[in-house]
Amino acid sequence: MERRTIFPGWLLPVALVLPQLALTVVFFLWPAGQAIWSSATRTDPFGIHTRFVGVENFADLFIDPLYIDTIWRSVLFCVCVAALAMGSAMVFAVAADREIRFRGLYRILLIWPYAIAPAMAAVLWILLLHPQIGLIGRWLNRIGVAWDYKLNGFQAMLVVILASAWKEVSYNFIFLLAGLQSIPRSVIEAARMDGARGFFRFRTVVLPLLMPTVFFLLVVNLVYAAFDTFGTIWAMTSGGPGKATETLVVKVYRDGMVNQDIGSSSAQSVVLMLGVIVLTALQFRFLGRRSGGA
Amino acid sequence: MNRRTMLAGAAALAAAPMVVPGARAQAAKTKIVFWHAMTGANNDEINRIARDFNAAQDAVELEPVFKGSYPETLTAAIAAWRAGQAPHVVQVFEVGTGTMLAAGPAVKQVWQLVQETGAKIDPAAYLPAVRGYYSLADGRMASMPLNSSTPVMWYNLDAFEAAGLDPAKPPQTWQEFVTVARALKDKWASKSQDLMASTSSWFTWAQLETYSAIHNVPYATKANGFEGLDTELKLNGPAQVKHIQRLLDMAKEGSFKYGGRDATPDPLFYTAKAAIGFGSSAGRADIVRNAKFRWAAAMLPYDPEIMRSPNNSIIGGASLWTMTAPNRTPAEYKAVASFLQFIGQPVQDALYHQHTGYVPVTLAGYELSRQQGYYDKNPGADIAIKSLTRGTVTENSKGLRLGGLPEIRNIIYEEFEKALQGQQNAQAALDSAVARGNVVLRAFEKMAKG
Repeated sequence: MERRTIFPGWLLPVALVLPQLALTVVFFLWPAGQAIWSSATRTDPFGIHTRFVGVENFADLFIDPLYIDTIWRSVLFCVCVAALAMGSAMVFAVAADREIRFRGLYRILLIWPYAIAPAMAAVLWILLLHPQIGLIGRWLNRIGVAWDYKLNGFQAMLVVILASAWKEVSYNFIFLLAGLQSIPRSVIEAARMDGARGFFRFRTVVLPLLMPTVFFLLVVNLVYAAFDTFGTIWAMTSGGPGKATETLVVKVYRDGMVNQDIGSSSAQSVVLMLGVIVLTALQFRFLGRRSGGA
Repeated sequence: MNRRTMLAGAAALAAAPMVVPGARAQAAKTKIVFWHAMTGANNDEINRIARDFNAAQDAVELEPVFKGSYPETLTAAIAAWRAGQAPHVVQVFEVGTGTMLAAGPAVKQVWQLVQETGAKIDPAAYLPAVRGYYSLADGRMASMPLNSSTPVMWYNLDAFEAAGLDPAKPPQTWQEFVTVARALKDKWASKSQDLMASTSSWFTWAQLETYSAIHNVPYATKANGFEGLDTELKLNGPAQVKHIQRLLDMAKEGSFKYGGRDATPDPLFYTAKAAIGFGSSAGRADIVRNAKFRWAAAMLPYDPEIMRSPNNSIIGGASLWTMTAPNRTPAEYKAVASFLQFIGQPVQDALYHQHTGYVPVTLAGYELSRQQGYYDKNPGADIAIKSLTRGTVTENSKGLRLGGLPEIRNIIYEEFEKALQGQQNAQAALDSAVARGNVVLRAFEKMAKG
């Protein structure tokens, strides 16, 4: 049954939509347009000499093996963060869905980290994992593990994935819990009476019913890992050591703000934007269809 | 809350701004804004300078604003200029000099300011090593030196004694340093996993740029970039490779620990985690404030196999650039000039030097400190100046003038960090740094030529 609201004229609908449209234009379309224009120019830091260079910035990017490395590194990072964040959230959501004591308290504690700014999450994890001043960091060194994420690229990657995923677990938890609670009890009861137990029941009955939520969260998590993790990575490792934790978004910042190469940085932004658009479009096409639309 | 109360409240809120401007109208001082990157004790000094300047005259009011690290301050200033809201004065680190010199109408160089406002600023009053870095080829000053430092070797006297070393004899050559660091590692740092024999802040500045100057080897062609934009990097020469490989070997052995980029390793020395810490002479103020052990400063070691008598070190730190803006008035420029004159006064220069550890940038300031007996009461406080005036100045030891130097330093950090993880040796790291760095130099050259 469809519900539609019919407006008598066109003035009121336009006036109602205008504020949001204005926000979208000013904060999304205009900067994006500016970035696309910038990506086709080469300019000095002060913007005094600007030259139009067409696709030269993009060409320079793709013939640079370091940039290709950064792309693969970002893909790895996004996949790991999404998997870790969604996996943990799923475990917590299933656990918190049961009738246990202090259920409300667990839920609150699991949701809290969402309110923390990305850079603060980084600071918290530094205080835990820093080889000289972090609780866990010092302990690891004491028991003989050579723990120093400022020198070891693999450890650095581990640390930023952990800190980034941690922040997103709360968001996923809320949605998965809501999704679990929207599954009719009768379906679970029926499955249980038919003899489906534990993980088997989860895999064959619960998970398929959760697919719309999972699909939605996958999109959000990948976009989060691609963009919103900048604060966390920058505060923890600044993309180092070497280039071990330099993802695409970190490179955009470094080239634009630190190295003052606006043209290349804009080109990288455009590439990142296109990449995520394509990814999201593909997801909507394939996964969206399978789960019957989000 | 009923409607009447709300209306009354709203009216009161709307009327409030009308009350305040009365108080603002009386002061007709020219206000100038100064963006800087000083932290800790040095930040307090900047605020002290502003207070003293504002108290010494009533025509100008100076407002210092802390903008973050040096790169962040430069980025902010550039963005502000593009938005037409540049500060009047900005503190730009020495490696940003190339960028600022190519800034064209965005800055007013000191000689221009002097011409326009008639201020009395004489280049000859400034220390040659300092002046040369910030002047044009013909001697006209482009920016005003404020805080100049040089790398020194801070060392922990208590740790030296604990390791059975003579605290009065810090290592003078790199070969001695290797032995000393090993002794510190075995007998002092071994007491706890937190301790390390040695580390270095500002790694690229202290261990590559200054190292090249001291040993009279080129960092880049064209007199390290002073003579032309078509300069190319030469920092992968045998002298530099030997030194970087030495540090890599020491890191593997455990007698040298890389503490991170730029000033990040600073706390390691004054919290007594590192027995020897290479760092800026300007770290003195924080060490005085925080160190709970006996310490001293020494000049950087040299390698007698490469250079029998070492040359001067190069300056670091920053200088002050005057920025333009669409609605800036001549009165504001005059105000800026009076501030620049103020900090060049011998009394102010000496005070700043003594409070921070930066060198006195004027000859008169240095002389005043000497007359006041400052160096007698604080032995070692003149290590920085001695280091800057050691040997003879050659075209390899005047400093660097390379566009995009912050990015080049970053590239070197990345390559060195890769080498520390065992992915490459010193030669490969420096070769890669040169290749990547030259790309940056060529891009800068293209842009600067317009």
